[in-house]
Amino acid sequence: MVQTAMNPGMGPALEPILRVEHLTMRFGGLVAVNDLSFDVARGQITALIGPNGAGKTTVFNCITGFYKPTSGRIALVSGGPQSDPAVAELTDSPGRSQRIGRGGAYLLERMADSEIAAKAKVARTFQNIRLFTGMTVLENLIVAQHNWLNRASGYSLLGLVGAKSFREAEAKAVEIAVAWLDCIGLKGRADDPAGALPYGDQRRLEIVRAMCTGPVLLCLDEPAAGLNPRESAELNELLLSIRDSNGTSLLLIEHDMSVVMEISDHIVVLEYGKKISDGTPDYIKNDPKVIAAYLGVEDEEVDEAEAEIEG
Amino acid sequence: MSEGEAKTVASDEKASFNWLGALRDAGFLALFTLGLSFPILAFRTRQDLWHGLVLDPRWDLVATVVAIAFFGRLSWLVVGGRVSRSVQSFATQAGKVLAPLQNYTATFRLVGLIWLIAYPFLAVLIAGPGGALKWIDNFGIQILIYVMLGWGLNIVVGLAGLLDLGYVAFYAVGAYSTALLSTYFGLSFWLCLPLAGIFAAFWGILLGFPVLRLRGDYLAIVTLAFGEIIRLVLINWVELTNGAAGISGIPRPTFFGLPFNASDEGFAAFFGLEFTPLHRLFFLFYLILALAILTNWVTIRLRRLPIGRAWEALREDDIACRSLGIDTVTTKLTAFSIGAMFGGIAGAFFAARLGFISPKSFEFMESAVILSIVVLGGMGSQIGVAIAAVAMIGGTELLRELGWLKSIFGAGFDPTQYRMLLFGMAMVGMMVWRPRGLISKREPSLVLHEKRAIGGDLVKEGQG
Repeated sequence: MVQTAMNPGMGPALEPILRVEHLTMRFGGLVAVNDLSFDVARGQITALIGPNGAGKTTVFNCITGFYKPTSGRIALVSGGPQSDPAVAELTDSPGRSQRIGRGGAYLLERMADSEIAAKAKVARTFQNIRLFTGMTVLENLIVAQHNWLNRASGYSLLGLVGAKSFREAEAKAVEIAVAWLDCIGLKGRADDPAGALPYGDQRRLEIVRAMCTGPVLLCLDEPAAGLNPRESAELNELLLSIRDSNGTSLLLIEHDMSVVMEISDHIVVLEYGKKISDGTPDYIKNDPKVIAAYLGVEDEEVDEAEAEIEG
Repeated sequence: MSEGEAKTVASDEKASFNWLGALRDAGFLALFTLGLSFPILAFRTRQDLWHGLVLDPRWDLVATVVAIAFFGRLSWLVVGGRVSRSVQSFATQAGKVLAPLQNYTATFRLVGLIWLIAYPFLAVLIAGPGGALKWIDNFGIQILIYVMLGWGLNIVVGLAGLLDLGYVAFYAVGAYSTALLSTYFGLSFWLCLPLAGIFAAFWGILLGFPVLRLRGDYLAIVTLAFGEIIRLVLINWVELTNGAAGISGIPRPTFFGLPFNASDEGFAAFFGLEFTPLHRLFFLFYLILALAILTNWVTIRLRRLPIGRAWEALREDDIACRSLGIDTVTTKLTAFSIGAMFGGIAGAFFAARLGFISPKSFEFMESAVILSIVVLGGMGSQIGVAIAAVAMIGGTELLRELGWLKSIFGAGFDPTQYRMLLFGMAMVGMMVWRPRGLISKREPSLVLHEKRAIGGDLVKEGQG
């Protein structure tokens, strides 16, 4: 593949679930993301790192539809391997998605935020936690299952008369929610308001709330921000279990290197809206461009590094 | 502690009170009042025989007002802290007393329902057939209309967190569609009632579309304008609505085809009763009671359905909603249209009850009253809204009963003129002592282990 040839750090070619190509995002005169291309491997954890202001969250917002990219293509293929002809065909058509087997091909840059979550099954969390603080922990997880529950309630008509089919669907939804609460050890606090939970629990609750939408790709914006080492370790465990037992692909932005290096299968490094490195954690750790971006370098070394980047 | 010590502590407290500061503060307020009252109160204007303007100075009045301001402020500084604290603790206590009522909702609901059903009979029993008219009509029916409107608006403002300042527009749509359909096409009231709801819901969607992208203040302004536009159209489209003169002769609701009159085909004759206007009032009372209970039932049901939870989630955080795949457009539109539908049905009832409607009944003031009922009651709380409606509308009606105050303040005194002043004072008091409304706790819509109400400080009000 062309993509892997460009990434010397990548091991064997991985099949991507999400392919970001030539993504550019401009805010007026400011170029936040500049011609960025990278892949998110299916069933793996990909980390997006870079210094503050590198454009990581902008990339996230483009993928999840909160921003409309200035140019570029973001293709997600679920239910089967990436098929370039299918995506190319979709790109030429005016459509936004195409069914393939049980999943489909989706051009995320053409879709709106809630549509991406509902149809393409991309879930996300936020840098500043966005829980429904006045609703209980359980309610948060039930709201996340809104779309199929609303269909089960006959768009409220069956639900209004208390149909049995809806009550069964709701019981199923509660079962799913409780299973996830068990997973993060918050079952005992199911009836507490989400806003009353400690910070670390809120972080994990937001992650399982996103999981309750049944995503194929989970995007986490700084999941370890503000966590202590013990909580970070718990988070690592949770993310690995999501990858291994649910087969969900993960894309995360993170500054905490203990999290990034320990759990990522693949790392993409951004600086000033451009990709400066892409590869396995070991490769990234030793890449002089990454070290230069993070630690800063002597003047002559900057020139060297710049020459290397440009070259 | 000995008596002597207690005395020194007391005198210490007195000594620590800053008299000079208090005097300066009160003096400043008095000066401020003087400045304010000079252009407003100092001169009474009248025309003399030659149509010239004559200014009668009223310095005694200005002096009285300034003195009231000075001594009022001074005494508030001296004892106000204690008063405020005790009212605060009373309000907190009252809130604590009211909060557990939610745990006995079933009992409370039953007792309330029995009381409401018995209310017209009690009124007749206590006030006699003649006196009961006022109690059933002005208090019972009037309050229940506002309870229903409050519950309808509660869906939009309390649950979905969308600030709607033009709710009265839907009330007007319901009333006018009933009036027009029944006078032009001769449709019966029972047909007009659901149609009014459907039309109002349609207008709710129509309003919803342009305002979907707006939040907070912007949404409030647009809904306010929408309410005014509807009213201005009603005034100016004279051919259809008869303009400011209004529409009269709207057929009264019948009891399954039996009119409430003294004729041989009337309700009284059919059941072999003696004719009295009370029959119609009883009927109207139970009708609006049924409609209000329907509103309440539907709201409570919807709250426990996915759509109701999506409304509340939208109020809490609409960006998170979008990230979970909830279509915020349809969610907002359903809230607008269902809220509007109940407003429309209440409007249909209003038109049929009076038999006459005019744009005068649908001014901004009505929207403000309905919104303040929702805010006073505690946004999202059904029982709180009902209590607030009783207090606000019942309170206004009670002012009419205070004719005896004339003997104190003179014959020119009309207590109803002070309605808005009392409204304002009640609002300020609420803002100080119970800023989140009478019942600020939120009841979860779904429970795993044990039901616990959620404190108002965690529940968001919505960004629009």
